[in-house]
Amino acid sequence: MSESQGRLLGWREIPIGGIVQEPGNTAKNDMSAWRTFKPVIDQEKCVRCRLCWIFCPDAAIIEVEGEYRTKSGRVYKVSYHVDYQHCKGCGICANECPVKAIKMVEEVR
Amino acid sequence: MVYYAYFQGKAPDVTKKRFKTVWDIPKEELLAPGHRMCQGCGAAIVFRHLLKAVGKDVVIVQATGCVEVTTTVFPETAWRVPYIHVAFENAASVASGIAAAIKALKRKGVLPPDKKVKVVATAGDGGTFDIGMQALSGMLERGDDVMYVVYDNEAYMNTGIQRSSATPWGAWTTTTPVGKRWRGEWRWKKDIVGIALAHRVPYIATANPAYPLDLIEKFRRAFETEGPSLVHVLSPCPPGWRIPPDKTIEVAKLATLTGMWVNLEIVEGQPRVTVKVPKRKPVKVYLKMQGRFRHLRDEDIAFIQKVVDAEVERINKWVGEEAIGPVVEE
Ligand SMILES: Cc1ncc(C[n+]2csc(CCOP(=O)(O)OP(=O)(O)O)c2C)c(N)n1
Ligand code: SF4
Ligand code: SF4
Ligand code: SF4
Ligand SMILES: [Mg+2]
Repeated sequence: MSESQGRLLGWREIPIGGIVQEPGNTAKNDMSAWRTFKPVIDQEKCVRCRLCWIFCPDAAIIEVEGEYRTKSGRVYKVSYHVDYQHCKGCGICANECPVKAIKMVEEVR
Repeated sequence: MVYYAYFQGKAPDVTKKRFKTVWDIPKEELLAPGHRMCQGCGAAIVFRHLLKAVGKDVVIVQATGCVEVTTTVFPETAWRVPYIHVAFENAASVASGIAAAIKALKRKGVLPPDKKVKVVATAGDGGTFDIGMQALSGMLERGDDVMYVVYDNEAYMNTGIQRSSATPWGAWTTTTPVGKRWRGEWRWKKDIVGIALAHRVPYIATANPAYPLDLIEKFRRAFETEGPSLVHVLSPCPPGWRIPPDKTIEVAKLATLTGMWVNLEIVEGQPRVTVKVPKRKPVKVYLKMQGRFRHLRDEDIAFIQKVVDAEVERINKWVGEEAIGPVVEE
């Protein structure tokens, strides 16, 4: 059963029909151990094109609303951040970023 | 249409687009993260956008396969919408049953008669082209109000890369190995669009996650079709195609740019290429990226090129314009 649960449920504890009563409960899983490289977004370089957010297979690019002013004076209304709990380190975001604002950095212990 | 009631239902209005720019894509994630699809899985991108296109008033029926196995490890589910899995071969039949149940619940006043709830059946290429074909044919032929999505990673990936009738010519799989006597798959991919068309399906489309707006708009249109619809989506698979996980979108894009995958929309029989490619790239740029084609010799690649050229010509003739241009070497 799920690794995060630690203990197998008894049949009496399982809902009738094996229905899962908490939709989207995979979100509590920590996928970070899948990574060898992690994406790091350079907020100064990023042009907020939304492509990394679109192409991430794991919904691990988070769109955060809020003003961001670059050093050169450009103002953006959103920013993109990596959800490191769910990112598996595939590197699609870095490969697809049109301005190379995402670097894949090796994970070190 | 020329033949009144020839089609098993009604296609939606396709003169307007709902998804014009990337900012039109809803933010809400109805497919939760934390699922076990591989790093860089193309199908994960496809299903994220499927749910963004159709929203919450949906019942997802899914055949056995990678996506089902990796998103529903009991007692967990990545789906934030109603979801049912029964078996490998019967996604379309289960969907037909649920569509009938929704009708009955409306008739009995349990559901408001104007409430729009639609069933979306989904399966892999194995679950569609091969084992699910009978169920799919029945669903299409009866004109059931079901949208069907086939994510095509071109083999039985969940059980370890066995060929299916969607595996392309020349591809290595564990059941079409490369050795002295065999050199990968030697049969051609089955024409699923032609099969759907033969069932008079009012809305049929092919799509590719490298063109997300095209993909999500087609999902929306298929969802709004009255009666059956089918969307066939290319779904790169890093372990099965032997590509690095960061190349999923790049390789998908090359499939379209080489003419090996054409993004089509067939609305009540009228075909249209939705992603035109004025200058085509040679197929070798697509093939060379993937380990499953590593063994191909120059003459094999030339052979695939010839067949793709002929297929492009056929499609251009069918849609009545040069939607896909000639090969231009860079
Ligand atoms: C009747 C039946 N036969 C065989 C299987 C084993 N099986 C499970 S998934 C699968 C392959 C699915 O392939 P496909 O539909 O292409 O989906 P993919 O895994 O590639 O996403 C097979 C053969 C099964 N579950 N049920
Ligand atoms: S590396 Fe892959 S999983 Fe991680 S954020 Fe980028 S696209 Fe998403
Ligand atoms: S793809 Fe690159 S430029 Fe576009 S939003 Fe992501 S980080 Fe920014
Ligand atoms: S084997 Fe392929 S299709 Fe299946 S989860 Fe992995 S990447 Fe996706
Ligand atoms: Mg498959």
